[in-house]
Amino acid sequence: MDYLLFLVGVVLVNNMVLVYFLGLCPLMGVSSKLDASISMGGATALVMTLGTVASWLIEHYVLQPLGIGFVRILAYIVVIAGMVQFLEIVIRKSSPMLHRSLGIYLPLITSNCAVIGVPLISVREDHTLLEAGLYGFGAAMGFALIMVIFSGLRERLALATVPAAFAGVPIAFVTAGLLAMTFMGFGGLI
Amino acid sequence: MFNFAHPRGGIHPAAHKERSAALPIGDLPLPPRLYLPLRQHAGAEALPLVRSGDTVLKGQLLASSPTELSAPLHAPSSGRIAEIGRIHAPHPSGLMVNGIVLECDGEERWTDLIVPEDPFEEAPEVLAERVAQAGVVGLGGAIFPAAVKLKQGAKHEIRTLLVNGSECEPYLTTDDRLMCERSEAIVDGARLIQHILRAYRIVIAIEDNKPEALAAMRVASKPYGAIEVAAVPARYPMGSAKQLIHEITGREVPAQGRSTSVGVLVHNVGTVYAIHQALRFGRPLISRVVTVAGGCVRTPRNLDVPIGAPLQALFDACGGLTREPAQLLLGGPMMGMVLPSIDVPVIKGATGALALARNEMPRREAAPCIRCARCVDACPMGLMPLDMVAHARVADFDGASDYGLRDCILCGCCSYVCPAHIPLVQYFQYALGQQDEQRQAARKSDYIKQATEARAARLAEEEAARKAAKAAKAAKARQRRKPAEHASSKGVES
Amino acid sequence: MIVAALALAAMGLVLGLGLGFAAKRLAVGDENPLLKEIEQLMPGSQCGQCGLPGCSAAAEALVEGRASVTCCPPGGMALAKQLSDLLGVPLDAGQMGTPLLARIDDAQCTGCTRCYRACPTDAIVGATGQIHCVLQHACTGCAKCLEACPEDCVSLAPQDPSLDTWRWAKPQTV
Repeated sequence: MDYLLFLVGVVLVNNMVLVYFLGLCPLMGVSSKLDASISMGGATALVMTLGTVASWLIEHYVLQPLGIGFVRILAYIVVIAGMVQFLEIVIRKSSPMLHRSLGIYLPLITSNCAVIGVPLISVREDHTLLEAGLYGFGAAMGFALIMVIFSGLRERLALATVPAAFAGVPIAFVTAGLLAMTFMGFGGLI
Repeated sequence: MFNFAHPRGGIHPAAHKERSAALPIGDLPLPPRLYLPLRQHAGAEALPLVRSGDTVLKGQLLASSPTELSAPLHAPSSGRIAEIGRIHAPHPSGLMVNGIVLECDGEERWTDLIVPEDPFEEAPEVLAERVAQAGVVGLGGAIFPAAVKLKQGAKHEIRTLLVNGSECEPYLTTDDRLMCERSEAIVDGARLIQHILRAYRIVIAIEDNKPEALAAMRVASKPYGAIEVAAVPARYPMGSAKQLIHEITGREVPAQGRSTSVGVLVHNVGTVYAIHQALRFGRPLISRVVTVAGGCVRTPRNLDVPIGAPLQALFDACGGLTREPAQLLLGGPMMGMVLPSIDVPVIKGATGALALARNEMPRREAAPCIRCARCVDACPMGLMPLDMVAHARVADFDGASDYGLRDCILCGCCSYVCPAHIPLVQYFQYALGQQDEQRQAARKSDYIKQATEARAARLAEEEAARKAAKAAKAAKARQRRKPAEHASSKGVES
Repeated sequence: MIVAALALAAMGLVLGLGLGFAAKRLAVGDENPLLKEIEQLMPGSQCGQCGLPGCSAAAEALVEGRASVTCCPPGGMALAKQLSDLLGVPLDAGQMGTPLLARIDDAQCTGCTRCYRACPTDAIVGATGQIHCVLQHACTGCAKCLEACPEDCVSLAPQDPSLDTWRWAKPQTV
């Protein structure tokens, strides 16, 4: 039950995108088509979950024993970048179809601030390995959820008659702001 | 609300039918020249069989149809072919099309017509072919060759022949007057079509705002069994085939399906009359009844007009125009074609010629859509016009198709009810046109690909053939050389 | 400090080796499946209107992003749309030029047959000494006949409007 609450807390209450404002570039950049945003959400979910677990391992078996916590960001970047590359190679070999739909997003994810942000927050909160994995997974699910919701909104938005000054990205930002305000409603849930 | 046996939606526009419906069908004085476009039907252009300068008789074949989907063209009067060339098309584009110009001599000499014996004795296929030869197309405005529909009887089981006399478009009264004045001919035509299609029953559907026509058709059909004259509620677009079938049989034609798939075939009253003329008297389709109406016409009425008569002659025969019309239309005000100029002829599919005054026109300034969904309530096809327009507006035609653009019958109910005066139906026409263009382009690029491959194959074949020929030649030469060498060596030996 | 540098270097080394090993073990052929798919979509007439030598070169340029999806006039809007879907590139309809078609001036044609030999889609018909004629439904407007004609009697022009090609314009509203 605790873990379930933990998960809900990460996905809805402390949503990575709309509460921490991490990973805003894909939110604006890859959300104009629903298909693309589902792929992006899926790829990010995979990387974020694995990245958080890998960072936890590095943190607890390399950085802390050696007492070199100050290179944390550098070390995480190295690990996550290497892992994404590895993942791309594996996917390319095992499933060309999946590679075609995820392929162009994987390198993008390497430089995604949410992917580096989630392990850093996880360390700050002193999670156990299981908690860290759950935290990464929950954050990724929250991210994917927002991507899908927002791309659905943008597909509708493309059809609307928007005043010329707001057309395009400005109205998307306004919509994202409104969506963030909506998610504030989950604030008292836990 | 949950009455599924009746068509949904629809509108009740002001009918404006009283004045033209009150007068009997008049005759148009023969105009000096008739302009006959070679394409007055759905399919490809008809092929002219006459030359300019030829003398032709009334009813003589002028152009033959190259395909099933085309219809031949006959001389509406006797006279001389003045020209075969470009004439103004009765089309919103105002483009020129190929056509025949006939200079009438005013003698109206008929060609020899083959008057058949009793058509009921003949095979349905023969009769259908005769209708095709007579150049009959759907006179309700669809201009689809009637014979193609008649031949459906052999392929599908047609239970009901629906004679469409509902005439729901405002202003138009051609079918109304035709049913009042020529009811017996229509009933006979309907029975002939029933014979061709082997249909079980005939239903003549007439809107209940035409009591005179209803009475006339009831009297005329009384002597025969299996003919039912049904009064349908007056509501636009009741005259659309799908809506009429729904109202009469309670069955809905499936999306993108045809009426034959529910066992019904619909023919317009005018078409039935033309088929009667073709089968009983051997007369080709060379004239039709046209409603001349609109606020600018002095005496709106119906006229029996030879095909190809210029519109100006029609208005002149109705007392002329009282003022400059704000809009000229061929057909009804809801689905008719806006004409850029008056210099166009009457074609087979012209149900009306309307000269509308400014006060009869819709407002043009559109405001943004507020999603009131009145168009959804009005749509007789149960579509969501507001969403279709939203997609069409941003050029997302596939999205519009997902919302049922291909099922839209372009009736214009949505534009009529829209409180924001959004030209919805024009958007659909635009979207359908763009889709057609994309399809055409795709077909062309497919063809080009095939042509390129075929050329590559041909070049390779030619190359191979040349090589083979060269090899054969070389072999021959070698063979010729060999005996010579042989001989010479022999010579040395000896 | 040294410890940190060494630890990072070690991590980099391990990851680098792992990646190199994985790249070797899990290598796939250089053949890009996308390239093949695009090549199949191209008209194949090798007309060169895109400015590249042949359709396979154009497909390569498209995959590498060197050519725009609207680069192929014979393929037209239909091809541009398919390409933009495949490559995930937004399609700007305005970039597509109006397709041009070749036309032969009857008065000047001597029937030399050079143009129809040059035509990559067999869109010109004729015989020696007879006036040649362009089949509009097969012409791509590649201008090869223009170069081949010694009499200068071939010209390129957009298709004449007819009832079949006329389309309703987009309504002008807010």
